[in-house]
Amino acid sequence: MADYLAASPADRERMLAKIGAKDITDLYESVPEKLRVKGNLHLPAGLDEMSVRREMEALARKNTVFPTVLRGAGAYRHYIPAVVPEIVSKETFVTAYTPYQAEISQGVLQSIFEYQTVICELTGMDVSNASVYDGATAAAEAAASCRDRRRKTVLVSACAHPDVLRVMKTYAWAADTPLTVVPEKNGRTDMEALAGLLDSSVAAVYVPQVNYYGCIEEAEEAARLAHEAGAKLILGVDPLAAVLLKSAADCGADIAVGEGQQLGMPLSWGGPFLGFMAAKHDMMRKLPGRIVGETKDDAGNRAFVLTLQAREQHIKREKASSNICSNEALCAMTASVYAAAMGPEGLRQAALQSMSKAHYLAQELEKIGWRRAFEADFFQEFVTEAPEGTDIAAALAALEKAGILGGLPLGGGRVLWCATEVVSRQEMDRTAQILKEVRA
Amino acid sequence: MKLIFERSVSGRGTRYLPDCDVPVTELDSRFLREKAPALPEISENDLCRHYTELEKRAYGVNDGPYPLGSCTMKYNPKVNEAMAALPGFADVHPLQPAHTAAGCLEVLTQTAKYLCEITGMDAMTLTPAAGAHGELTGMMLIRRYHEQRGEKDVRRKVIVPDSSHGTNPATAAMNGLEVVSIPSTPEGLVDLAALAAAVGPDTAGLMLTNPNTLGLFDPHVEEITRIVHEAGGLCYYDGANLNPIMGVVRPGDMGFDCVHLNLHKTFSTPHGGGGPGAGAVGCKAFLAPYLPAPFSAADPEAPEIPAESIGAVKAFAGNFLVIVRALTYLKTLGAAGVRESAQGAVLNANYLKALLADTYEMAQPGYCMHEFVMTLEREKQEKGFTAMEIAKGLLDEGVHPPTMYFPLIVHEALMAEPTETESPESIEALAEAFLRVYRAAEADPEGAHHWPKSTVIGRPDEVEAARHPVVRYVPAQEGTQEA
Repeated sequence: MADYLAASPADRERMLAKIGAKDITDLYESVPEKLRVKGNLHLPAGLDEMSVRREMEALARKNTVFPTVLRGAGAYRHYIPAVVPEIVSKETFVTAYTPYQAEISQGVLQSIFEYQTVICELTGMDVSNASVYDGATAAAEAAASCRDRRRKTVLVSACAHPDVLRVMKTYAWAADTPLTVVPEKNGRTDMEALAGLLDSSVAAVYVPQVNYYGCIEEAEEAARLAHEAGAKLILGVDPLAAVLLKSAADCGADIAVGEGQQLGMPLSWGGPFLGFMAAKHDMMRKLPGRIVGETKDDAGNRAFVLTLQAREQHIKREKASSNICSNEALCAMTASVYAAAMGPEGLRQAALQSMSKAHYLAQELEKIGWRRAFEADFFQEFVTEAPEGTDIAAALAALEKAGILGGLPLGGGRVLWCATEVVSRQEMDRTAQILKEVRA
Repeated sequence: MKLIFERSVSGRGTRYLPDCDVPVTELDSRFLREKAPALPEISENDLCRHYTELEKRAYGVNDGPYPLGSCTMKYNPKVNEAMAALPGFADVHPLQPAHTAAGCLEVLTQTAKYLCEITGMDAMTLTPAAGAHGELTGMMLIRRYHEQRGEKDVRRKVIVPDSSHGTNPATAAMNGLEVVSIPSTPEGLVDLAALAAAVGPDTAGLMLTNPNTLGLFDPHVEEITRIVHEAGGLCYYDGANLNPIMGVVRPGDMGFDCVHLNLHKTFSTPHGGGGPGAGAVGCKAFLAPYLPAPFSAADPEAPEIPAESIGAVKAFAGNFLVIVRALTYLKTLGAAGVRESAQGAVLNANYLKALLADTYEMAQPGYCMHEFVMTLEREKQEKGFTAMEIAKGLLDEGVHPPTMYFPLIVHEALMAEPTETESPESIEALAEAFLRVYRAAEADPEGAHHWPKSTVIGRPDEVEAARHPVVRYVPAQEGTQEA
């Protein structure tokens, strides 16, 4: 059966002789006899590569790859230039460990330094870490880094992605710290309610710049309110919208976090994605996770190292800023390669076209009576209310039959739609046509 | 070497998108940024060359031995990568209707089934994104358990041996728990008397790595878990070192209630220069209701999660494409392969240990599991070179050094884990490199302080990096000359 052991039976004998053991089981002498597994575990027998491939391909075939995707809600299909996966699948990048040995890891370290610069450019911030698990954990980690002895409460907008909210709640519960949800009003964070909730116990406020409903929030107002109360603003940033929108720093945010999947990563059924996290200079030593810095070697050459490690678990143990000891390095590299391939103009086009297509779709849906639920300006997503009596499930099923993954049903007749640059006008016209026929 | 930003020339780049086929939308100017982000403008050819150059300045499993202790740098099979790239996995939206993602759901259930059997657990979540994230999740389960019994605020102490990974205490702290560190015996095992003295009505649980970071399987493990259970605490198994025991002995049978696994260590998914990995968490049936939500909170078809659940630790259903790779590997190994891989890891570690034992002082005598620890304390005192010199000398030999200065309980430690996928010739060559470096350091300890000599950079100034952090590229001001 296929496995990846390199030693042959004869090799094993020779090695055991050198070790001074008779049998491989002798090496397990410290494992109590009664605890040992008798015989094999109850698992299927191992397979050759061809058979494994057949089984895995059969599983993949049970999934539908939709030719048209009009659903986002935290995972977006954008165009990925062929060069992106090609570069990122280089064997050394794929198989390397965390770059502890700087002298032989300059390639990985430099790629992370370049990634940090890309994130700083997109957010306007002074410092970015080397990435964390995903957008939701980035928000939760950011909240933890804002808390101190006096200020423990975190306020989170109800317009956050539901997973961001749920993860932030879990982390807050574990750390025995309060979390309060700021209500939604007309598809955006209720700023009056936010003002009412802010007091001297609040450490931070989390508001997404482009929220779950696609609406663009009044980020500067949120920053002003938070700062007046002595709290920090954690701004959730959409990395593609960030190419067009006022930067997190210019909005007054103290920390910018977000989900980086849109920067060159496929839908992947939700992961692995990329949590990015950047901050103003004064928060630098409170950031969790790896940070790469530039320095010189003993001959004065440019060199990159993991730096500011006094924040981290392997030094500080229980006093560390987080327990995180890895990042999503390959996803971070994907984001950098994507940003460099597209360039500033290509990224602007991707953002602008996504926004324009979403507005076209909204307009076409409006024509058949699927009106927008909220008036606020939006980026590439929007919520509709279907005409009275519409069977949403039937409407989405009709789209599915035509190879179109329609918007996400939110309940109450509402649907969250998304259009990106990969969706053509023709596909959107066809979508409106199908929905119209379902009604008829 | 230049940064990609320093290769940027205004007006360069490749066009990937067609013209927009709908009217272009204009946003209210109050939302817009004034200045475009300064991202690289570069031809595709130069982009590729930049990364090829970076690749040459990195070291992967394909470059040679990678005996990083506790990291399990085994070979990453290529078929795993091919399966993760299938559009039927890679191009599936996480919020698609369940009947259009039946294959993804089956990947989760099949993987969980394998991992439950390997660990002796009853339930498994695949949501956590990494080992440390799995630890966090596992300890949350334990907190929830005590909370349900009205003891969340009473049972706040976590017992952690002093040989543990640094993530263990950091994880406990993130869970609002206090760490009680207990010393190891001279043999490197858990001190049962110290453990018995440490447990009590305030004990939330124990976090244990077994085999531990010295590469030793603790033969008293049943006694250890019994002591903790009798005090009302739960036992958490740090699965970082599962590789040598899979198919041989199971954490569930040792008395553990909860376990995390590193799919990127034991189950051959690549490390990616630091991630993405995946950290499955398994538990006994009584903890299962507390497991995190398996699906997105945005999924309209997802069943309500039980009120007892800790909630969610990540968006969507985890690092799915990493799980695809792990399942591919599990199907390849099968029942016998799982055990044979573990045995191969133990054989290789003991072989390397035997080849080095005449020259390097071992922290513990006898057989080891998948890794062993050497100490250079005597060399530091008597010969003027340290573990650092050996590590840096190995760089000049073209191999990746072992983990340095860990575990903390061994002075001048070097921790080596060769893994089962190294051939005997590779291990012999690795041993010869270790021995050459030792002799060279002995002959010229002063010179050894300036190793490595053949790498693209020499020893970097880490103090300066931390004192005056430069953590992003800042373009030269207009009108000034570039250095």
